[in-house]
Amino acid sequence: MQTVKMVVTGPFNAGKTEFIRSVSEIDVVSTERKISSETERVKDQTTVAMDFGRISIDDNLVLYLFGTPGQRRFDFMWEILSEGMLGFIVMVDSARPETFREARNILETFRAYAPTPYVVAANKQDHKDAWELEDMRIALRLSSKVKFLPCVATDKETVKKVLLELLYSILEEMEKGEG
Amino acid sequence: MALKGNLRDFSITQLLNLVSVAQKTGTLIVDGPSEQILVSFREGKLSYARDGQDDGSLAMVLYRAKKLSAAQVRAIKERAGGISDKELGLLLINSNYISQKDILASLQSYFVSVVNRLFTWVEGLFRFENDLLPPADKITVRINLENIIIEGSRRMREWEQLQDEIPSLDMAMKFIERPGVNLRNVNLSVEEWRVVSFINPKNSIRLIAKTTNKSDLEIRRIVYGLIVAGLVELIRPVGMPLPSVSSRPALPQGTKEEQKSLINRLISRIRSI
Repeated sequence: MQTVKMVVTGPFNAGKTEFIRSVSEIDVVSTERKISSETERVKDQTTVAMDFGRISIDDNLVLYLFGTPGQRRFDFMWEILSEGMLGFIVMVDSARPETFREARNILETFRAYAPTPYVVAANKQDHKDAWELEDMRIALRLSSKVKFLPCVATDKETVKKVLLELLYSILEEMEKGEG
Repeated sequence: MALKGNLRDFSITQLLNLVSVAQKTGTLIVDGPSEQILVSFREGKLSYARDGQDDGSLAMVLYRAKKLSAAQVRAIKERAGGISDKELGLLLINSNYISQKDILASLQSYFVSVVNRLFTWVEGLFRFENDLLPPADKITVRINLENIIIEGSRRMREWEQLQDEIPSLDMAMKFIERPGVNLRNVNLSVEEWRVVSFINPKNSIRLIAKTTNKSDLEIRRIVYGLIVAGLVELIRPVGMPLPSVSSRPALPQGTKEEQKSLINRLISRIRSI
């Protein structure tokens, strides 16, 4: 059985667990704990080690989706989770501009771990306070070459679109390598 | 009880505040990652400071303040190598070359700049020696610590923000190609132009800082300015080895065609979910 993996990362409460839950064929194996930090008390629980989802591709191939812990004090897990990844997705909460800088730092950190393709997903685009994609691109300082996609993590179709765009990028990289 | 510890646990702001409030006299010695800084106080006021790498002489301070030329400093060292700072100061004042006010202002500016460097140190072992005072031949000053603490706190906040924005100086920079933006039309300072002239995917920010003789704070300030102006972006330097974590192949072994086929299988499956 062959296995490949992708990593879903992003700041605290960006929607990583929901993203994986939307497409995983198993209940997401989540290591959530009650929030201890007052500043991060936006929700009751957060991922402390990782989320783990699975998509069986065929009899011989399985895709694993790993969600990184959102709180910075668990960032020692990031490097471990990034090992051997096909590519990664950075989730950003479109309605919380105060997390944009953190998202950019996470993106840079993961880029440093491995030169694998990545896409950035602007999650919670259905939120009334969501920023416009182009405004977010400027705020996040993403070059026009970086794939930046609208997303609603609870909507399977937009999640599929993000995953597909990452796979297309991986394919493009492989073809570039041949050229 | 000896006053000693690590800046990581007791910040320089807290230390200066303690010295000021307790009106301490003595010398604070801080051992940083690669150098030592000595700061002396008299009754809670800054009186003298020296970066371990500098000789801290008046000639050097006046040279840095552009009051003496390199040739003049050389001549002073050659002809009057053993002259003390106080003697040199008197000599320069008596010959009407420089005023007492200029000498004191240059020394104050140098001492404050040395203390300011401590605000960028996140860690360093410190100890306060009550009995250690500046050498008798050195010219001392009296500077209130309140303004230094306030300015230093600002610098610390700026430093933290800049570290957040540019976490590693081992990254390189490259120019962003933006239609309609020509670097020649951007107003940059001489120092910024010096940095810009070294921007190249092969040069790390650390290397540029070393070449242009900039401190970590100074280079981060300039690089941050160039980034937010949308002129450059950070990249991994050409030739920089990848971290060991990426050594595990992401794709199972096989030919390129087999690997592409695997990705296509993933695409088909995701489409069908």
